[in-house]
Amino acid sequence: MKGGHDLGGQSGMGPINPEPESQEPVFHADWERRVFALTLATGMLGKWNIDESRHARERQDPLTYIENSYYENWLEGLETLLLDKGLLESDELAGKAITPDTGLSVKVPDPELASKILASVASSEREAHSEALFRVGDRVVVRASEGTGHTRAPRYVQGVSGIVSAVVGCHSFPDSNATGVHEGATLYRVSFQGEDLWGQTGANSEVLVDLWEPYLNAGES
Amino acid sequence: MPHDHHHDDHDHTEPPSDLELRVKALESLLVEKGLVNPETLNTIIETYEHKVGPRNGAHVIAKAWTDPEFKQALMTDATEAVASLGYCGRQGEHLKVVENTDDTHNLVVCTLCSCYPWTVLGLPPAWYKSAPYRSRAVSAPREVLSEFGTNLDEDKKIRVWDSTSEMRYLVLPQRPPGTEGWSESDLQALVSRNSMIGVELARAPEPADEASQ
Repeated sequence: MKGGHDLGGQSGMGPINPEPESQEPVFHADWERRVFALTLATGMLGKWNIDESRHARERQDPLTYIENSYYENWLEGLETLLLDKGLLESDELAGKAITPDTGLSVKVPDPELASKILASVASSEREAHSEALFRVGDRVVVRASEGTGHTRAPRYVQGVSGIVSAVVGCHSFPDSNATGVHEGATLYRVSFQGEDLWGQTGANSEVLVDLWEPYLNAGES
Repeated sequence: MPHDHHHDDHDHTEPPSDLELRVKALESLLVEKGLVNPETLNTIIETYEHKVGPRNGAHVIAKAWTDPEFKQALMTDATEAVASLGYCGRQGEHLKVVENTDDTHNLVVCTLCSCYPWTVLGLPPAWYKSAPYRSRAVSAPREVLSEFGTNLDEDKKIRVWDSTSEMRYLVLPQRPPGTEGWSESDLQALVSRNSMIGVELARAPEPADEASQ
């Protein structure tokens, strides 16, 4: 999906102006703190996965995504998910009515369970059902992304050729995970030379991108 | 102007009141409907505001500088090595450590969102999540580094890691010269968060630090 979130290689976004590390607070306003906690707490209800959550933020109008601050995009994504999954009604969100009984069976974590969940491991590894198509050292070319769904193949590598530097394993495939279909695909780490991505200005640099097998075609070695 | 929006202090410290109200209303609604336990919200905030942060990562790095066996374990399986120090959990399930050398400097970004190794660094700083960093870290890494005051030799290669999967990357900075014989705990003070993202080098020891050794 060509959303506003796919920022790699774009120009015109201005200087970084980092806050000094010793002075930067974790949150810059109380509402940011609340949005963060609400997002994690409702995520623990198990009604959506990380890719559905990303997709809910990213499928906004691209200009809105860029203009919003970071946690505004989280808030937007959270409201979208709560409505999509039927946890809230649009009337409720608009402050017009409250339906106390949602009829949904959800387990709402208490602080003890929440702490355990935060310290637990949610692996994205999946059981492999087929052998990896590519090996370390193979040349691959990233396919142009199709459709309007979620994808984790950044635009700046699409159509560019790189070398497989690692076969990471079989991991949850974001494009289907975002639609609630839990399947794995082989994940590769692909190395791109700076010159192949950016021309001469990319000299003496390399970019490593994690890409799933369905994103890749065999390249000419 | 997107960057003005992201970096205007007003935007962060005094949000429009309708935004604050919108968040308050959403929280009340979720609590009233029994979908969120208010105490759980406090636990989550407490965890990421005070417990999980870059001091975890500094411990990992200083240990790698002083303990060759630990360093080897860290380079082989970072998730397991870091868990042996008690750091594990969300956004640290698949951790890889990338080592700076005399020839190569590593830099970590997430161009698509804000993926970051929470277990060792906590939540990412605002600039890491911003459009200016996410757009140029891959295409103009030297320019980005110079905006952090980091100027590398032209012949040093820069390797940029774009966190597009659930793999999370942590930079192992080079141990600063002049720290021979330093203890692990003294070394930790030289490991900044930014050096573990790769936008800076580990801090050089101050003359006063050396005198105290």
